[in-house]
Amino acid sequence: MLIATALERRFGAVRALAGLDLAINAGEFFALLGGSGSGKSTLLRVLAGFEAPDAGALTLDGQDLLPVPPWARPINMMFQSYALFPHMNVADNIAYGLKRAGVAAEERRSRIAAALDLVGLQGLEARRPQQLSGGQKQRVALARSLVMRPRLLLLDEPMAALDAGLRERTGLELRALQRKTGAAFIMVTHDQQEALALADRIAVLEAGRVAQIGPPQEVYARPATRFVARFLGAANVLEGRMRDGVFESAEAGGVIASGLPAATVAVALRAEHIRLTNADEAPCITGNLEDAAFRGEDWLLIIRLPGGASLRVLHKAPPPAPRSLVGLAWGAGAVVPLFA
Amino acid sequence: MPRTILLAPLWVWLLTLVAAPVLILVVMAFATPADGVPPFTLGLRFTAFAMLVEDFYHAEALLAALRLAATTAGLCLLIAYPMALGMAGVQPRWRLPLLALLMLPFWTGFLLRLGAWIGLLRDEGLVNHLLRSLGITDAPLALLYTEGAMLAGMVHAYLPFAVLPIFTALIRLDPALLEAAADLGARPARVFFSVTLQLTLPAAAAGFLLVFIPAAGEFVIPELLGPPEAQVIGRVLWQEFFQNRDWPLAAALALALLALLILPMRWFQKLGAST
Repeated sequence: MLIATALERRFGAVRALAGLDLAINAGEFFALLGGSGSGKSTLLRVLAGFEAPDAGALTLDGQDLLPVPPWARPINMMFQSYALFPHMNVADNIAYGLKRAGVAAEERRSRIAAALDLVGLQGLEARRPQQLSGGQKQRVALARSLVMRPRLLLLDEPMAALDAGLRERTGLELRALQRKTGAAFIMVTHDQQEALALADRIAVLEAGRVAQIGPPQEVYARPATRFVARFLGAANVLEGRMRDGVFESAEAGGVIASGLPAATVAVALRAEHIRLTNADEAPCITGNLEDAAFRGEDWLLIIRLPGGASLRVLHKAPPPAPRSLVGLAWGAGAVVPLFA
Repeated sequence: MPRTILLAPLWVWLLTLVAAPVLILVVMAFATPADGVPPFTLGLRFTAFAMLVEDFYHAEALLAALRLAATTAGLCLLIAYPMALGMAGVQPRWRLPLLALLMLPFWTGFLLRLGAWIGLLRDEGLVNHLLRSLGITDAPLALLYTEGAMLAGMVHAYLPFAVLPIFTALIRLDPALLEAAADLGARPARVFFSVTLQLTLPAAAAGFLLVFIPAAGEFVIPELLGPPEAQVIGRVLWQEFFQNRDWPLAAALALALLALLILPMRWFQKLGAST
């Protein structure tokens, strides 16, 4: 539905978008995941029309979007600050877009009521934004966008301004709304948990381009680059190279795996895939227990390897004595080759 | 205790510079004019107030002052809003220089600036000289000592007071609100009238009052640039104090002006509370 090709946007010497390609399907919940400076917000602003790219193409159902001003784009956006009009009550906020679209008063009323119903805010029509809680503001902002029945809704960090306790539930509600309305959602977030939990597909952005794109499970299990492996959380990344069919890592001080592609430059090894070996078992590598922290369900162990690098290991049982030598092992499938 | 100490300068200021002068005015307004120093004898007489009501000259002067102040404030607002929009619209690094330019007239003497207007507008002044040498007129136009000259001087003197609050409100306006309006289908003009203007109205009202209140008591500009018939309250006050030496009447006039100026302040407070 939405296709971005080679989008380029510079701010002075900074390339916020560096030849970014992206295709969004109709009706999908898509998450743009990236750290600050990854270009995710710039991309969203380009899609909404607030920012013009220096080069590249952007089409919606084959129609060129770039010459279309923001007010004429069939795309709506929910702002991180919600951007509710402080001088209007809830009903007038939601009515704002409908009025601009020339919707008759009668239909306007029923659509506002339906939108408030959708986000569960019936009865708050006359409130001013200042009189609402953070969660209520977020819902009004959502209703104000959804009442326009957009085919594509952009959400800029929709949960960032909410209390931690409210985020999980709101996220699930957001996904339920997306399913109900059938609109495509593009959510920008820096929170990988949020992206993994809610999205049908995610794109990890790095330095203005897409580092990896795919369903959350796939991107999580098979990160393609060091950056993605680190960004999606808690994966150990070991630098090294393939020699004689085995992956040797100097910083680990040994062979990590065999039979990886020749172009492998590093490997990702998830903390939960590493186990401590028994006395009668040959370890893949040995190291010294440097630190241990109880996390409730398991223990986080930091193991210093002979090459100097340290590995994060999740361990179900109480840890061995501090500084003791431990053997580590993992299955062949646990090692994910990284090519960049 | 620390609170009392912190508030002390404020109280001292209010008592010595606001309450005490008003009290002196009240005492004076009920006194009787006399020859001597000070030129009145204390008492409790309503002569001065009665004169205010009976003699339309004073009521007209009050009305003329309010009219001049309202016109000045209105003109200032009309000029200040686009100016503030322009200043807020430039890149942030240009804002300070523009602000400095706006305040620049304050660094030159007030009378000097009026002198400049006189130099421009008098019969042998620059404007008339230019008009004649270009062949547009052959006799000098009467520019000085007119309503127009007076308004020009007033607007010139008070314009920054109107620009500053509007400018501040505009740069504080969350740009996301304007983008949200555009996102919801509002064209630029609609965004301006439905969001920008609405949210800066209290600042515009503040700008209006900041001009209106001092302009209502202004007497130098009408005296030096205005027509002789522009008998605004400031001029009349001056005449009563220093030429007629009727201090009780002048004090009563000043109190009447003060009472009239409190009204728009109340109106502004209500406006501020509703938004």
